[in-house]
Amino acid sequence: MTGAPHRHFHDELSQLKDRLLHMSGEVEAAVDRAVRALLEHDADAAEQIIAHDSAIDELEIEIENGVTNLLALQQPMARDLRLLLAALKISNDLERMGDHAVNIAQSAKRLRDAPPITPAPELSDMARSVKAMLSGVLSAFVKGDSAAARAICRQDDHVDALHRSMFRILLTHMAEVPSTITAAMELLLVSRNLERVADLATNIGEDVVFMVEGTTIKHHAETGGVAGGR
Amino acid sequence: MSSVMRPEPAREGGDLDPAAEIEPLIDIRDFSFWYGENQALRGISMRIAPRKITAFIGPSGCGKSTLLRSIDRMNELIPKTRRAGDILIEGRSVYDAGTDVVALRQRVGMVFQQPNPFPKSVFDNVAFGPKRNGLCAPRELPDRVEWALKRAALWDEVSDRLDEPGTSLSGGQQQRLCIARTLANDPEVLLLDEPCSALDPIATQKIEELLVQLKHEYTIVIVTHNLHEAARIADYTAFFYLGELVEYERSEDLFTRPQQERTEAYVTGRFG
Repeated sequence: MTGAPHRHFHDELSQLKDRLLHMSGEVEAAVDRAVRALLEHDADAAEQIIAHDSAIDELEIEIENGVTNLLALQQPMARDLRLLLAALKISNDLERMGDHAVNIAQSAKRLRDAPPITPAPELSDMARSVKAMLSGVLSAFVKGDSAAARAICRQDDHVDALHRSMFRILLTHMAEVPSTITAAMELLLVSRNLERVADLATNIGEDVVFMVEGTTIKHHAETGGVAGGR
Repeated sequence: MSSVMRPEPAREGGDLDPAAEIEPLIDIRDFSFWYGENQALRGISMRIAPRKITAFIGPSGCGKSTLLRSIDRMNELIPKTRRAGDILIEGRSVYDAGTDVVALRQRVGMVFQQPNPFPKSVFDNVAFGPKRNGLCAPRELPDRVEWALKRAALWDEVSDRLDEPGTSLSGGQQQRLCIARTLANDPEVLLLDEPCSALDPIATQKIEELLVQLKHEYTIVIVTHNLHEAARIADYTAFFYLGELVEYERSEDLFTRPQQERTEAYVTGRFG
């Protein structure tokens, strides 16, 4: 059972993990740079992020093809099967995060000539939290650490709270100074995009728990929300 | 259901019981087996559900074939063997002093790795058991042969070749002939020891499809080295290692989220 074909398979699984890690690095950088472009009114940087998204899309396709081949040729079981299923979903979630980075970059372009942004600290805090969730969850994936993945999932509540806080701040601005409505609406979109990235990082955390433990925790399956879990 | 038949399923390996919700047909109780000084099975306790397919998997020498052959007492044919514990079918010990071994093997049919038709015609291969065991009148034999061959999904291929030697059939057909020969005896249990390992993928697929059909009327236990075969057709799978039952689960659980490290290592090819 420890012959060459299986060693080859396990090497390929390691390579797949490396590609996912590379993809998550790209996505993390895209989200980070998009928020920076917004805060610094840097339309050129925003343009670069938009242009670079195709590279993230290509990584998703590359990982999808790799998973399909391994499923077809190796017919993996147990932990290996769960890893491949998780990889497929994670690459899809990362690609969606890349799209949210593009949305933020587009907002940055539209906000280039807008006055300085009032809730910058909240926005920076959100971006920092989302970035930490993303790098933490991919680290949990690579290490197969389900406890860390569960902890990341819980951080989503913090980002949700920041998003609600942004909403209240921007609403107040719009009510007080109607001329800020366009910019405030744009910022609301940015906040919404960051909140979605955190949701997707949470999805990845749930996939990591499934991969490591074979247990379903999404849709509150652990607390009896839906039939699931072992 | 009595408490003897339905204990609390243990979750730590060794005495797992995924079939606990079903009245077992075969009840293996603390069963051990020795070839001379060599202990091949160590205190196996498991219950096998009726009209389901149960697969025994594990590396060579793990004891899975020994356990299979202990169910119909085939191991007794080997000198210097001994056993401890018991195996019950429908609550009656197969090792009871009063058990008629011939009747037991009529009730519990066995199919082996290498197709082994008798050097007789296709018809006589299937008619042999019923004739020998007096299961039907001679004039009813053709009907019984046709019934068994149809049941083994072989009739359409051999209906015009019944007088030809069984050995003239292809490997896959020979294996289905052996299954038909067993079914003609009207067994309750079918034991199969790696029935597809000598067959090509198409013949394998036919046997697997046949077993899935047959499980509605027979209790099937299959030993296989092919994990994917067990995953494809078995309702329950038991993993054996060094004569011990390591894990016994519904196949969908054992192959996607095994509980024991040794099972995980075996099914993902990280064993040894």
